[in-house]
Amino acid sequence: MTVAIDRATGKRRGDRTPRPGLGRRLKDGYQKHWYAYAMIAPVAVVIGVLVLYPLGYGLYLTLTDANSLNTGRTIGVNEIEATYEFIGLDNYADILWGPTAYDRFWSHFIWTIVWTAVCVGLHFFIGLGLALLLNQNLRGRTFYRLILVLPWAVPTFVTVFGWRFMLADAGIVNSALDWLHLPTPAWLEDTFWQRFSAIMVNTWCGVPFMMVSLLGGLQSIDNSLYEAAEMDGANAWQRFRFVTLPGLRSVSSTVVLLGIIWTFNQFAVIFLLFGNTAPDAQILVTWAYHLGFGQQPRDFAQSAAYGILLLAILIVFTSFYRRWLNRNEQQLAN
Amino acid sequence: MSTTTAPTKAPAEQVTASTAPPRRVRGRGERGRAASLASHGVLTVASLIALFPVAWLVYLSLGPDKNDYLHPERIWSKMTFDNYAFVLQHTQFFDWLKSSLIVSLGTTVIGVMVAATTGYAVSRMRFPGYRKLMWVLLVTQMFPIAVLIVPMYQILSELQLVDSYLGLILVYCSTAVPYCAWLLKGYFDTIPFEIDEAGRVDGLNPFGTFFRLILPLARPGLAVAGFYSFITAFGEVAFASTFMLSDTKYTFAVGLQSFVSEHDAQRHLMAATAVLVAIPVSAFFYLVQKNLVTGLTAGGTKG
Repeated sequence: MTVAIDRATGKRRGDRTPRPGLGRRLKDGYQKHWYAYAMIAPVAVVIGVLVLYPLGYGLYLTLTDANSLNTGRTIGVNEIEATYEFIGLDNYADILWGPTAYDRFWSHFIWTIVWTAVCVGLHFFIGLGLALLLNQNLRGRTFYRLILVLPWAVPTFVTVFGWRFMLADAGIVNSALDWLHLPTPAWLEDTFWQRFSAIMVNTWCGVPFMMVSLLGGLQSIDNSLYEAAEMDGANAWQRFRFVTLPGLRSVSSTVVLLGIIWTFNQFAVIFLLFGNTAPDAQILVTWAYHLGFGQQPRDFAQSAAYGILLLAILIVFTSFYRRWLNRNEQQLAN
Repeated sequence: MSTTTAPTKAPAEQVTASTAPPRRVRGRGERGRAASLASHGVLTVASLIALFPVAWLVYLSLGPDKNDYLHPERIWSKMTFDNYAFVLQHTQFFDWLKSSLIVSLGTTVIGVMVAATTGYAVSRMRFPGYRKLMWVLLVTQMFPIAVLIVPMYQILSELQLVDSYLGLILVYCSTAVPYCAWLLKGYFDTIPFEIDEAGRVDGLNPFGTFFRLILPLARPGLAVAGFYSFITAFGEVAFASTFMLSDTKYTFAVGLQSFVSEHDAQRHLMAATAVLVAIPVSAFFYLVQKNLVTGLTAGGTKG
């Protein structure tokens, strides 16, 4: 029997019947699941061809010294054979503890961590604050919401150019600061202010998503919980701490994870804000791109190695994050 | 009993519900005037911050000189739509529009078509390898562009697909397909399983159930997945600027940068183009924004 809906029985591990022998399982498995495998086949093919194959190829490149001078090219009618060589783990060793490791990798690594933490923190807390404000019975709150969503609605590459106009040396921001007799930093030239502007622009772009998601979460919290808490004499802070925050758990854990992944990989904001002009404000992703495509000769091998390292960092982080979430949930249940 | 709470400005106070039991002096959710004013104040400031960069871009796009952004006060007296006319008539705006649309729509169509059955399978069926598949779908969300860009570039140049629409569509599918599958799973989860059961009782096999019953019901979900693929492909910068070499095949994300070269910065035209791109996309966004969030978080929380 093929079953289209076996979720009800297979949902929890304890509900399963004892497993039969291996041969039997394979045969049953095929009969029972061939529909499922037929249905996931297209995605499996796409992932295999478009993701896993390039990934494997990229892994191989990281073990070579490939750059734009020694890879195969076609110039006019002449085919130039690839001449790069296998050099083992040298690229990784060079990136992680080579002579320029700090300047090239670790300084960008630290900045990337700071960037991710600060941006996601700001996204989350500003988003939460605005969501709480919008969740009240307030005149014009639909209107506010529509305006506050605007930064999300406009494509990033458009708004970043808007910000570049504003942050230019004599742009509106500095004119305004000057008018107020405040110092006028070189937003797009000075390393500290470059980082500051990048965080500012990215915060501006990212808050609406958090706000809308958390607002959805707030609206799904049952009102009777607040009533019960109030009956028990909980004050506003206690209600926030013990009703609102736990009620937002599932939404906030998801959006924070997504936010961290997106911010860690945020390419467009920094790339479009500075182009190639700000080596110290590059996060690892844009730095990897710079190595592979923003300089001559293009260092394909190192760029790919950065990519693999980045992916590894994210996968490790996500595994820990999920484990931490699960443990917390179990603690709550006990 | 301390059921009546003193009005505070703390946001937690304002979280509370709008339905107030009648006996209270001041119902929950009703605030004092000061708290209300503070809320409006904060929201107004936030709205201005959200609005200003976009409004400023629109304002600058009306100034006819390329350095008007440094002297915004001069724009008032000479506001004109000349930039727009110039962009539409004398730049490659329509070439870029064409490439953006081909690439984004191609990604959308392929992404949604390929991903739909998988979304259904992972929503309804538990098969060996299910957890691994979900894990792969999640992991592909976090691929930094740096992981795929170099190997993709090599592979596409071997296949002579650099600077072709098909190449870029294929690259985008590497993220759009897993993403759509993930998103659609969340949506299919919200369709009652009883519908499948009814279909089974009537003698449909899982394919029949999916195509005849579930797919028509899932149209909003498909639309959301499609829209997400569309805006992701539309706004993508790194792959587009690396793989598209001829200026007639630029997408907007790349074309917009070409206004500012080392020697000449036509910022007024850039602003006008940016506004022309932003208007339809934002309008479209507002039409579907409510579904966007539910779709996304449903996929995430239930996974």
